[in-house]
Amino acid sequence: MNNINETLIPKIGVITDVRIDTPDIKTFRVVTPDGKKAFDHRPGQCAMLSVPGVGEAMFSITSSPTNEEYMEFSIKKCGCVTDWLHQAEPGQQITIRGPYGEPFPVDDVFAGKDLLFIAGGVGLAPLRSVINYCRHYRDRYGKIDIVYGSRSKDDLLDYKEIIEEWSTDTGVNVHLTIDNPQEGWDGHVGFVPNYVKELGFDTNKVAVLCGPPIMIKFTLDGLCEIGFDKTNVYTTLELRMKCGVGKCGRCNVGAKYVCKDGPVFRCDELEELPSEY
Amino acid sequence: MQKITRDQLVSKASELLSNGTVCCVLGWGMGEFDYDVTPTVFNTVEELNNGFVFNDFCGANFSKYLVSKAAKCDGKILVLLKPCDTYSFNQLLTEHRFDREKVYVVGIPCEGMADVSKVKAICGEGILAISSNGDNINVTTLYDENPIVINAADVLAERCVNCKSKKHVAYDELLGDEGEVIESNRFDEVARLEAMSADERFAFWQNELSRCIRCNACRDACPACTCEKCVFDNPNSGVENKSPANSFEEKLFHIIRAYHVAGRCTDCGECSRVCPQNIPLHLLNRKFIKDINEFYGDYQAGEEVGMRAPLVNYTTEDLEPGEVFDRGADNA
Amino acid sequence: MRKCSLDKINLIFAEIAKNAELYLPVDQNDGSAAYKKWEEGTAWSNKLNTVKSPKDFFFPQTEDLMQFKTQGKNIEIVDTRSALQDFVIFGVRACDVKSFDILDRVFLSEPVDSFYASRRKHGVIISLACTRPSETCFCKTFDIDPANPTGDISAWKTESEIFFAANTEKGAALLDKLSSLTEECDDAAVLEQKEKINAIMDKLPLKNLTTDAFGGGKTNELFNAPEWDELSSACLGCGTCTFVCPTCQCYDIKDFNTGNGVVRFRCWDSCMYSDFTKMAHGNNRLTQKERFRQRFMHKLVYYPENNDGLFSCVGCGRCLAKCPISMNIVKVMKKIGGKKDE
Repeated sequence: MNNINETLIPKIGVITDVRIDTPDIKTFRVVTPDGKKAFDHRPGQCAMLSVPGVGEAMFSITSSPTNEEYMEFSIKKCGCVTDWLHQAEPGQQITIRGPYGEPFPVDDVFAGKDLLFIAGGVGLAPLRSVINYCRHYRDRYGKIDIVYGSRSKDDLLDYKEIIEEWSTDTGVNVHLTIDNPQEGWDGHVGFVPNYVKELGFDTNKVAVLCGPPIMIKFTLDGLCEIGFDKTNVYTTLELRMKCGVGKCGRCNVGAKYVCKDGPVFRCDELEELPSEY
Repeated sequence: MQKITRDQLVSKASELLSNGTVCCVLGWGMGEFDYDVTPTVFNTVEELNNGFVFNDFCGANFSKYLVSKAAKCDGKILVLLKPCDTYSFNQLLTEHRFDREKVYVVGIPCEGMADVSKVKAICGEGILAISSNGDNINVTTLYDENPIVINAADVLAERCVNCKSKKHVAYDELLGDEGEVIESNRFDEVARLEAMSADERFAFWQNELSRCIRCNACRDACPACTCEKCVFDNPNSGVENKSPANSFEEKLFHIIRAYHVAGRCTDCGECSRVCPQNIPLHLLNRKFIKDINEFYGDYQAGEEVGMRAPLVNYTTEDLEPGEVFDRGADNA
Repeated sequence: MRKCSLDKINLIFAEIAKNAELYLPVDQNDGSAAYKKWEEGTAWSNKLNTVKSPKDFFFPQTEDLMQFKTQGKNIEIVDTRSALQDFVIFGVRACDVKSFDILDRVFLSEPVDSFYASRRKHGVIISLACTRPSETCFCKTFDIDPANPTGDISAWKTESEIFFAANTEKGAALLDKLSSLTEECDDAAVLEQKEKINAIMDKLPLKNLTTDAFGGGKTNELFNAPEWDELSSACLGCGTCTFVCPTCQCYDIKDFNTGNGVVRFRCWDSCMYSDFTKMAHGNNRLTQKERFRQRFMHKLVYYPENNDGLFSCVGCGRCLAKCPISMNIVKVMKKIGGKKDE
């Protein structure tokens, strides 16, 4: 754990690149002032970013731990801190602390398995870290399927990377979908949960879900319908957080703190918790 | 101390529930002790019989609860209002905060409510039972063999000491006799503060407000504070701070609140009643009421539904701002 | 064990205050007591307890965490902490001493909260046995013995004397410094005092309150209990219970632009507040019922689940005395635990 004694005191981070992904999502590249990664992390972990005077908020680290040069955060514009970040230009300093939370069990549970990633909208951000980690250590995992959907083609995050890198990898199948037909789109049209059922995957995979709560709910139902066991399905939660270390007391679901015990939860464990997320 | 009894109220409420006039009753629920009553919605006669309580500690003003509770009822909700509560009731109606048709008001007489902290100041901790006996209150404690007999007037809640009215200004039905607006001397304490030098007054409020823990109970209990989103709860307001960051902020919070309810505050005294630190917050509001009375003529918020408050009602006789300013300067 | 006459208590205070800041319960002008710094002439309150708990000493209601200086696109983080002085808190009741253990498990578990830890390191606690518990006391429910308060030094007060016993090295060192004002004694008077207290404890109205229905692992059993609706029905959503509670430790972190740099501070927060869990795109606890339930489930189920069965309540009775609508943990425990008429 970093900064054991000073967990609330952040480091300085510098935004070195801002990529416009969709009309409301930008991806920020962040390093320390001396050009290094702020800290090491595991796939699925998060970091607290802040803009002094505006606020601090938790974001999943979207870049893979295998990227040794920088970290990336894909951030949707939806509140004070994110509004401010969306106006930031390269060279802007922010603060960063972390990593927080339990990562996906990429080195044990996932090892040797076929993997199915299912994401909706900005929900791809936390999964990108895992996907790229698994692609990096390709021989440790079986077949990889990625189902990703968004409102429209323009709302698909990391589109270039998906088309140019993920789709061209051997043993990686990408299934894209958008909610409504659109000119210039000859791919699948329809919601993610239905598309997953249509695709009808083998059930001996580990599935990882991330997206809006409603998408997670229906996709999980769909996966169970086609025979998946909840013990093989993982998802990540997002609640309001302030400290990141299980002390400020607001991100708990039952006795579990999303910042410390999550954000990654196995769906059967999640089912044991009260439905307050 | 109270002239009306618990049984009379239960019987009235049961009758109105049974004959279908109302579908539920907003009343006082029995606590662990004789003084810790909780505002409670009773849905059946059985619930009333088991849990309804009425004694000298039923101080809570129910008017504000109607904003949330009346909307939830299928039929009418019965509310029991003391004279002072009816002013808040009217003021809330003036501000269109609930539907009058959803409420059935039974006005109940009030002889003044007791403050348990005053009882404890006399009898100490360890109160096992409190009962009313005419003008006296009998207190049984852990530490005294015989009940301690105290004069009810000595433990009267602060706001009841300066009760402004025994008259119900709103009701569908009245239990007991019609009361009168009474001489309250409620501005005496304000006058005492006005007579202080600015430094003395500052020191007085500094001392009082230094105890504030920003629990927001004053605001949350206040029948004039019914904004759906309070500025102090809005992270984008720039003033949303949960604790007193410094002594300036404590004053800021209370003074802004006093300004915001000026002209609408009926002087019900809930703010001071609920303050865990016994800050006499009602004096801030009373200062505004006194000023409004002096500048624009006597005005009692909530006296009638639909009244135009002087601060939002322009007349050609209105005081010029300069006159107000000059008076403030004289007082400094 | 050492003792001294109560006539000499101010000499004791003066001696302690020579080397450390001394805080003790003092009467305020509204009739309640609060911890204040002792100075020559400060009178020790006779009240059973203070309105605000002594958690402030280790977890202040507001504290600055750091300062930011910004220039153009650059930020500088300034550590604004100054070195802490040793301090002594005198007269802490058994319930409140226990609350420090409960807070420790939050703030001193990894990763350690350095702000809290350094205050803890510098503080010496002199506890005080109760002599006249209130009807609102229920510390026994949580296995706290008001006749045997812990802390660095335990103290017992009789009509004319005060007795001290050191429990820790810090306590022993402080008691040593008081040796010229105190004399060695046996524990007969203290034993007698303890018996008196125990006799009173048996007469308290809440003596039968039990935690049987609560504890770790009870989430699914209790979370959807129908009683939460009624219990939370009148809740105003204020923070009184939270802020007078010795074990409530939720906090917020906020930035304040001073006009000359930004101060990031931490302040107490309340799970009873509507914006506690509010995010830009939603709120997972939309109504007061959910917030109310969270507070009590945390104290009675979630906290024990994560802390070896220890409950996050010490039975001090502050919420019983201060809730504007007289709703409190005792009523919740009786109603949810089904022990209403015990």
